[in-house]
Amino acid sequence: MFVHKMWNDNELSKMVQGGVPFPMLSDAGGRVGKVFGVFDEDAGVETRGRFIIDPEGVVQGYEVLTPPVGRNVLESIRQVQAFQLVRSSKGKEATPSGWKPGKTTLKPGPDLVGKVWEVWKTEMAFN
Amino acid sequence: MPEDMEVGCARPTGGPVGESVESEHLKEPASIREVTSMIQVGKKVPDFVAPAYQQGKFISVKLSEYLGKWVLLCFYPGDFTFV
Repeated sequence: MFVHKMWNDNELSKMVQGGVPFPMLSDAGGRVGKVFGVFDEDAGVETRGRFIIDPEGVVQGYEVLTPPVGRNVLESIRQVQAFQLVRSSKGKEATPSGWKPGKTTLKPGPDLVGKVWEVWKTEMAFN
Repeated sequence: MPEDMEVGCARPTGGPVGESVESEHLKEPASIREVTSMIQVGKKVPDFVAPAYQQGKFISVKLSEYLGKWVLLCFYPGDFTFV
């Protein structure tokens, strides 16, 4: 925690105006990390785990990387936006591969079976 | 300790000539632990309380206090590393 403050005051506040806005938690001993399956016992550190938790407390997605590779923050935000859209549609809409805000969603149902190819093209996964 | 199962056929025994028959397969098998992760997509997240630093203050954070909001919970190996 004290190191969080040092990090925030001496470095992060130089990257983000006003410093980090969200809570920076301390998990000394990795007790929380063990429950989440992201604590590396041999190295004694947390790996780069990231969990998306919805307003009901339900885990909607997670990603875990070993320490040397950083995360794609925009991808995490995209996933949250996709889960928020699905939630606000009460499950009537789904976001296909490559979806981002503004792109076509799918309406799963009997009419869509075998017809995804008509409304979703392969290049939509990459643009 | 697991009990020996009733088996119909004799299990192979033996070892290198001249050595006792005290070989690997006669020793107790290493116990097999069933590891069940508490995290599963579509299931509720386990709650926890942890000390935290936020905007100049030391606080206590309980995950369930964020019910009603979307939460991105990120772990990282150490301060002064990237995310």
